[in-house]
Amino acid sequence: MQKQKLVLIGNGMAGIRTVEELLKLEPEAYEVTVFGSEPYPNYNRIMLSPVLAGEKTVDDIVLNSYEWYAENGITLHTGDPVIEIDRVTRRVRTAKGEQVGYDRLLLATGSYPFIIPVPGSDLEGVIGFRDIDDVETMLESAKTYQKAVVIGGGLLGLEAANGLLKNGMDVTVVHLLDTLMERQLDKPAAALLQANLEERGLKFMMEAQTAAITGQDRVQGVKFADGSEVEADLVVMAVGIRPNIELAQSAGIYCERGIVVNDTLQTYDPSIYAVGECVQHRGQCYGLVAPLFEQAKVCANHLAKLGFGRYEGSVTSTKLKVTGIDLFSAGEFNEGDEDETLVLQDPAQGVYKKLVIHDNRIKGAVMYGDTLDGTWYFQMLRDGTDISGFRSTILFGQHDLGDAGHGDERILSLDDSAEVCGCNGVSKGEIVDCIVKKGLFTLDEVRAHTKASASCGSCTGLVETLLASTVGEGYSAAPSKKPLCTCTEHSHDDVIASIRDQELKSMPAVREAMEWKTPDGCASCRPALNYYLLAAWPGEYEDDAQSRFINERAHGNIQKDGTYSVVPRMFGGLVKPDELRAIADVADKFDVPEVKVTGGQRVDLFGVKKEDLPAMWADLNAAGMVSGHAYGKALRTVKTCVGKSWCRFGTQDSTGLGVKLEELTWGSWMPHKFKMAVSGCPRNCAEATIKDFGVVCVDSGYELHIGGNGGIKVRVTDLLTKVETEDEVLEYSGAFVQLYREEAHYLERTAPWVERVGLNYVKDRMADEHGRQALFERFKFSQQFAQHDPWQERAEGAQAHEFTPLKIVG
Amino acid sequence: MTNWIEIARLEEIPRLGSRVLKTDTMDIAVFRTNDDEIFALKDSCPHKGGPLSQGIVHDHAVTCPLHNWKIDLRTGEVLGPDEGCVHHYAAKVEDGVVSIRLREEATAL
Ligand code: SRM
Ligand SMILES: Cc1cc2nc3c(=O)[nH]c(=O)nc-3n(C[C@H](O)[C@H](O)[C@H](O)COP(=O)(O)OP(=O)(O)OC[C@H]3O[C@@H](n4cnc5c(N)ncnc54)[C@H](O)[C@@H]3O)c2cc1C
Ligand code: SF4
Ligand code: FES
Repeated sequence: MQKQKLVLIGNGMAGIRTVEELLKLEPEAYEVTVFGSEPYPNYNRIMLSPVLAGEKTVDDIVLNSYEWYAENGITLHTGDPVIEIDRVTRRVRTAKGEQVGYDRLLLATGSYPFIIPVPGSDLEGVIGFRDIDDVETMLESAKTYQKAVVIGGGLLGLEAANGLLKNGMDVTVVHLLDTLMERQLDKPAAALLQANLEERGLKFMMEAQTAAITGQDRVQGVKFADGSEVEADLVVMAVGIRPNIELAQSAGIYCERGIVVNDTLQTYDPSIYAVGECVQHRGQCYGLVAPLFEQAKVCANHLAKLGFGRYEGSVTSTKLKVTGIDLFSAGEFNEGDEDETLVLQDPAQGVYKKLVIHDNRIKGAVMYGDTLDGTWYFQMLRDGTDISGFRSTILFGQHDLGDAGHGDERILSLDDSAEVCGCNGVSKGEIVDCIVKKGLFTLDEVRAHTKASASCGSCTGLVETLLASTVGEGYSAAPSKKPLCTCTEHSHDDVIASIRDQELKSMPAVREAMEWKTPDGCASCRPALNYYLLAAWPGEYEDDAQSRFINERAHGNIQKDGTYSVVPRMFGGLVKPDELRAIADVADKFDVPEVKVTGGQRVDLFGVKKEDLPAMWADLNAAGMVSGHAYGKALRTVKTCVGKSWCRFGTQDSTGLGVKLEELTWGSWMPHKFKMAVSGCPRNCAEATIKDFGVVCVDSGYELHIGGNGGIKVRVTDLLTKVETEDEVLEYSGAFVQLYREEAHYLERTAPWVERVGLNYVKDRMADEHGRQALFERFKFSQQFAQHDPWQERAEGAQAHEFTPLKIVG
Repeated sequence: MTNWIEIARLEEIPRLGSRVLKTDTMDIAVFRTNDDEIFALKDSCPHKGGPLSQGIVHDHAVTCPLHNWKIDLRTGEVLGPDEGCVHHYAAKVEDGVVSIRLREEATAL
């Protein structure tokens, strides 16, 4: 099939993000051509402020290198703006005369800095603050000139002023109103900010209306409406932005303030989409990246013709990127008549916090000096959380609610292996690395990529601090992401994905495709690869005994003296007298030093010589018993209680259901060991709520619990759902096992796995009926190949070399 | 006159695996690497006597099954960060036959 042509006009943050999202969904759908007027690949515009302040270099802020475009087969034209769109022939034309046809066109032309149309505004030395060229002009000017005037006391203006000040200029900020950042701050916070900036050496002229810029060729001063005047060698206008819509307008695409789009980011011409600052959606234009990235995601989904996902507008929050100033603002921070406000003010510490509340819900927040809890408030604002329960302490922050509260600075001094997010097991190094490598700059992105702070949220402040310090103050050498082992740079997830997507079917194929550094791996990666291949290609991949840990190779637990233990399976904890007799007989016959009842409702024979194993297994097989896999990363036991057949409280046949569960799942290899239990009533004698999969029977059916662990770190299960029939229990258990088999990391039990991916993720996958059934089918398919008793195979002679010495020499 | 003893055919030892050779006094672990080299070590880890023959073989090393110490098959030395050494024996493959030399010969002759 011939690829469709996608042309992107605007090589900036929103446009390229859309292409990235599209490549993730449908890498082959389009032949992509990108036009950008700037002579650079896509860079992080936000970081121009740190570049100006000398905290970063231009190279640091490139998001997509030229190689990225080449690797993804994207044709890039830089330094060549598109000047015409012909919607009839579906072609675009550039200033240099390049012409390209399109099937879909994406407009992401961003915006212009607004230049106040006063006399002299076209003089040399009068600029906006928008792109690399502007920053270079400012840096150049700082070398030869002294006096700078920044018009506009908003976010951009203050960041420009701070940068110029750091470059040694004498800077005056001119503002039309009497308070700074009036769109983000209330008066008290603005006053604190102004005082702090004055201390740093910035000058302010408030309530000053610019009337003209004076000078011959180059600017010499700024004149105000009241007749006063100030000297200037450089004027930066930062009074606002104007969506860049001229090109769209000239092509007859409907625009108001911005290019008007619907909830799928489509313009009035259905083959033309638009994203970013040039867009007007439901009457709103945005000037921050978070909403633009949300648009990019939805737009990519529609370009990929998946057709779901709608953009319904965004609530935004702001921070000022001036190092050393903590400021946060979100929502409606000036109270209306119906609203209430909560204020905390500590002038000595320079802290000010205000929440605007309506009906016990947060409408807006302004914080100065201590912004640790900004994201927490913002989250509650967006979720519409009812705060009545903790209203009296809310201003003291989240840690006052009993969650782990941490000071900002502490985290910076910890080393990279320090765990930041306990729920998801994410270390400081992983977070920092992900921010650097993936070019992240919002909390939500860090959450999506690392899951840090995505669960209980108590570490949100720490993640924020890391984000700020990583992107805000220049970072040193990036630590590497957590590889599977020292033989590779790839993570578990990379390996799982490559095996599946590139259809890698042998260990050498994986090592070659993923550039392993060792010829045949090590004792860490070989078992992992063997498992991943086995799980991905049931029936096709041939198990590699030499890559199994000895317990799984010898099908018994190695003891400290080199002997082995033997644990036959007792389905659901049930046992027949004949089986007990057979166990007693082998114990006698092979001089077993110790016999013990295990914590898993079966019997363990300890201290067996390796050479005796096959013969002993043959005897047990003869009595109808198979391997209990007490040694394997595999289904272990299904513990049961007596249930309704005998117990006066029992509600269902818990023992019988346990037997069925074990019959369904025994023999399956897993990322780690897997234990189940069925209790006949909520008294829970089988301890089902600390198992990987636990069933608690109730009168009306079965509660299914997941992710429990009774080992090193006890974790109580989460309730997955409630079902009515045994068949449903079996389907859910098989589907859950399969999801765990396919997606968890090797040696990760269900408890840390569920915490890493999030309970909601697992719940969603289980709630989706088709998906669940498909997982269950895949599980049953792979069980065909797994349910052969390894003991029987070996008793019959398989792998005999494992159990017999070479020979005996004198 | 040599002390070489034929112990097995090469294919009797699995690649990246090992077999145990029993003697009157002790066990010897005989390893085969991926490139078909053969090495022999006393089957007892310098750490706590773990049976090295039961470990995972990779490159020219084996990882002990009990506590994951890594031992260099060529020298019997423990690879960092741990320290120690296990006795190793000369071993060779000729025409597909594996032999080892249990007692050191007076090689000067
Ligand atoms: C035999 C048994 C103890 C007993 O005498 O009762 C046992 C014995 C061992 N357990 Fe266990 N565990 C036994 C029940 C348990 C239980 C209880 C249960 O299953 O109800 C737990 C806690 C529940 C859980 O897993 O969530 C348990 C948590 C562990 C852990 C910690 C796992 C964790 O996630 O934190 C380990 C270490 C590991 O797997 O890495 C472990 C590891 C071991 C090993 C395999 C140690 C090893 O690697 O050599 C022990 C093997 C002894 C041997 O030489 O054969 N054993 N172990 C139990 C066998 C049950 C069975 O019939 O299969
Ligand atoms: C100094 C500064 C600091 C900022 N700080 C923050 C912050 O802290 N947090 C935050 O969320 N946001 C911040 N922003 C805003 C953020 O950078 C923008 O919201 C974002 O870059 C907009 O993305 P976009 O793709 O819509 O536009 P852009 O990134 O501007 O991309 C548009 C691109 O299209 C090109 N173009 C225009 N017309 C054509 C044409 N006809 N043909 C070819 N190419 C064309 C432009 O040259 C430009 O490269 C900051 C912006 C600046 C300037
Ligand atoms: S689970 Fe309930 S019914 Fe079953 S044995 Fe325990 S207490 Fe009795
Ligand atoms: S006995 Fe070998 S590592 Fe401990």
